[in-house]
Amino acid sequence: MTDATGPIKAADGRPLKASLNRALRREKMRALMLIAPLLIFVLVTFIAPIGDMLFRSVQDDITSRTLPQTVVALDGWDYDSGSPPDEAVYEALYYDMFFAAEAKKHTALGSRLNYETTGISSLFRQTGRALDDMGEDVIEAMEDNVEALDDSAFWAALFLTEDPVDAGNANAALSWATSVADEPVRLPEGLQMSVAGATVFPKAAAQYVAFAAFTHTVDEDVPAEEDPWESVWIAMAQDTSDAGFADRLANYTGPGAAELAPLQEAVAAPLAELSFQAAFLDQDEDWADAEIWGTIQAFSSPYTAGYFLTAVDRELTPAGAQVVEDDVKIYLKLFWRTLWMSLAITFSCILLGYPVAWLMANLPDRSANLIMILVLLPFWTSLLVRTSAWKVLLQQQGVINDLLVWIGLVADDGRLALINNATGTVIAMTHILLPFMILPLYSVMKGIPPSYLRAAKSLGATNWTAFWRVYFPQSVPGIGAGSILVFILSIGYYITPEIVGGTKGVFISNRIAYHISSSLNWGLAAALGTILLVVVLALYWAYDRIVGIDNVKLGG
Amino acid sequence: MRKSLVMGTSALVAVAGMAAADGHMASDMTLVSWGGAYQASQQNAYVAPYLEMNDGVSAVWDESSAEAVAKLRAMAEAGNVTWDVVDVVAADAIRLCDEGLALEIDHDEMLAAAPDGTSASDDFGDLIVSDCFIPQIVYSTTFGYRTDLVGDTPPTDVCAVFDLETYPGMRSLERRPINNMEWALMCDGVAADDVYDVLETEEGQAQAFAKLDTIRDNVIWWSAGADTPQLLADGEVVMGSTYNGRLFSLIEEQDQPVAMLWDAQVFDLDGWIIPAGLSPEREARALDFVRFATDTQRLADQAKYISYGPARMSSAPLVGQHETLGIDMAQHMPTDPNNAQNTFLYNYEWWADYRDDLDAKFQAWLAQ
Repeated sequence: MTDATGPIKAADGRPLKASLNRALRREKMRALMLIAPLLIFVLVTFIAPIGDMLFRSVQDDITSRTLPQTVVALDGWDYDSGSPPDEAVYEALYYDMFFAAEAKKHTALGSRLNYETTGISSLFRQTGRALDDMGEDVIEAMEDNVEALDDSAFWAALFLTEDPVDAGNANAALSWATSVADEPVRLPEGLQMSVAGATVFPKAAAQYVAFAAFTHTVDEDVPAEEDPWESVWIAMAQDTSDAGFADRLANYTGPGAAELAPLQEAVAAPLAELSFQAAFLDQDEDWADAEIWGTIQAFSSPYTAGYFLTAVDRELTPAGAQVVEDDVKIYLKLFWRTLWMSLAITFSCILLGYPVAWLMANLPDRSANLIMILVLLPFWTSLLVRTSAWKVLLQQQGVINDLLVWIGLVADDGRLALINNATGTVIAMTHILLPFMILPLYSVMKGIPPSYLRAAKSLGATNWTAFWRVYFPQSVPGIGAGSILVFILSIGYYITPEIVGGTKGVFISNRIAYHISSSLNWGLAAALGTILLVVVLALYWAYDRIVGIDNVKLGG
Repeated sequence: MRKSLVMGTSALVAVAGMAAADGHMASDMTLVSWGGAYQASQQNAYVAPYLEMNDGVSAVWDESSAEAVAKLRAMAEAGNVTWDVVDVVAADAIRLCDEGLALEIDHDEMLAAAPDGTSASDDFGDLIVSDCFIPQIVYSTTFGYRTDLVGDTPPTDVCAVFDLETYPGMRSLERRPINNMEWALMCDGVAADDVYDVLETEEGQAQAFAKLDTIRDNVIWWSAGADTPQLLADGEVVMGSTYNGRLFSLIEEQDQPVAMLWDAQVFDLDGWIIPAGLSPEREARALDFVRFATDTQRLADQAKYISYGPARMSSAPLVGQHETLGIDMAQHMPTDPNNAQNTFLYNYEWWADYRDDLDAKFQAWLAQ
């Protein structure tokens, strides 16, 4: 009782509040530890992969990764000019593309850009094959006049060194090569770029280092035993056209100084005629098309809104986002169709499921169990089997139409189209999802005491009033739970619409599946999936605001 | 270094004449195929004999060829490719090769020469449509029709599909632009040689869609190869397109009142690819298997079980009778001269470019 005004203290003398907090925190930690295995499991196997997949909808670094120098060079080019870019861009393209073709990365980029502009796929594939021949005359002149260049070891001695004094910084070349090859490449242990060689031939040294690092890391060959790529030759020839080249070569005392003396004069004539632009146009005149370059430019940043724009019938063009032509508009229509058909399926599930659930909840146990088994039996049958069975039933020469014709309800030549359209999808999916409606309804109805209805009736209510004013409101939480289950399941349904939906009864998920497994446009599939997820979350939120999620019960 | 070592190993093994499992080859293989009768034909014609010859080697099937491209890409991204040899259609092989997911093949070095010494690349000829592709069979997408529903004048021309007056009733067509666009143009007066030139233009595409519009209400669009045979058997459609092998089994094995309309059949190819980035042991095993499985006799053997044409020219004379039905198989091959009077070769390169664009238009057109 010495300090009546101070904080209340616990038995161990600490302030009670702190002590309590500590105890609570320990409790919380213990609880967290208990759920940690599940939490980690869900995070690793569910949240992370979904997050990764969704991230693909904005990630688009393949262009900037595969053609890094081209993208930079293209920065100054203006699409609106309508003219092809200048020689510097074609030169950058030559070196990027050459390396990409050696690393077999150019065709993947071609497929990617072909989603945006038709024809890029084969343009890249064919150009990749023709790159070896570009600048043939230059290379021939070099071979004829500087015989030493035919020796692979000569190149290695020129540009690589073991001498630490001569070692230069090759990071720029290596990071370029790593970017294009899409895997880390490095020079063999103990070898560095030679400063002496790089001073005389800056471009060639960078190209050779990239070649050597790729040969060493990816091909697992010894660079000094491999002939350098044509791009390295061309780079060396280009170096000779620098203003100060003659002086630099004169000062050079490293390996091969004497052999390289005739180089400049030998390549002067063919080099003057070499134009990368002409070479690319010669291969395919589409390389002069501003659309091609505009597409490369529009998709050159590592992140893109392009997939999301496509997913809502827009497109990212060099001139900005635009609505696509009417003849390719499809996604908004499919989203809309998915939503209203899922609603239709949900309502027909309520209509069919409610009486069944009511019967099950009110019949004696024996009969109720029988109905329960009948509800669950299809549940245990393969989805594909059930869907295919609907095909047999619903088709024009099928059981239902035969029956209708037999009893004379429809004419033989006027058989109903019940399948391969929206009707087929609604019928088959209602059947498949019905248990998801009946089970929550049943468990909620089971919890409604029958005495309430009897009380209402004894107070003078008619059957209908007793049901509508007393019973039905109490069963609404079951309807809510069943509806959410059915609606969310059906919005992502894929296999049933694919089989019975024809063309008018397929969902957005069928397009997602197509882009995942067939067109390989995973970015677009991810964007469509993200939109679908957001729509579901928004509807859930709206449901919570309007009905209240507390009103949803899965059990009595 | 590694690659050359592998090539060296496989060459050595080849020289040694299909040596049994040695230390350099994996003893398990996962083969990927399409399931059904086609996979059974592969099992009978060369997988079982191969396993018999190589003691201690085992093979498991994965029936995932329909999703092979997507799955292989996912495996490669995860760094864990579990497949060794994958059966895909040529268009998928091109796609996989483009994506760097399939091993490039040196056909002459890695595959067996024909018995008369013709090199593998000459024996397969133009069918090697991609550096990664090892052709197995030629199949065709063609039409079958109900003999009891076409009246007294059975169709002989593919344009019967667009002729609702003579042949009323439903048709089934595949739910994708490939083949349908070509047929539509050919039946709208475009010469077969000009089809792709026309289809490249907006007007040409509009022309094809306009032609398809004329039968649009009478078409059931299929997505699985088994759909058309079922629709024909149930009398849901009068005629429909599907793979010729499916029609063969419908007609010959199930005895349905259906006949083949070989006119304007579209040839397509199916074959093996080997995933890129396998360990040297697995790659050596895969190459060893493929070398055996695509030799002249093995490809001819496969035709005993299914009516698809062997991809090697040297196999054609060796094609015999059906294993259980005992009927002569040659006349049921899409490549048989009688059947191949008017054929069309699916233009892979062209479709690789136009597939994304035309598919978007086609789906939008379907949804209208």
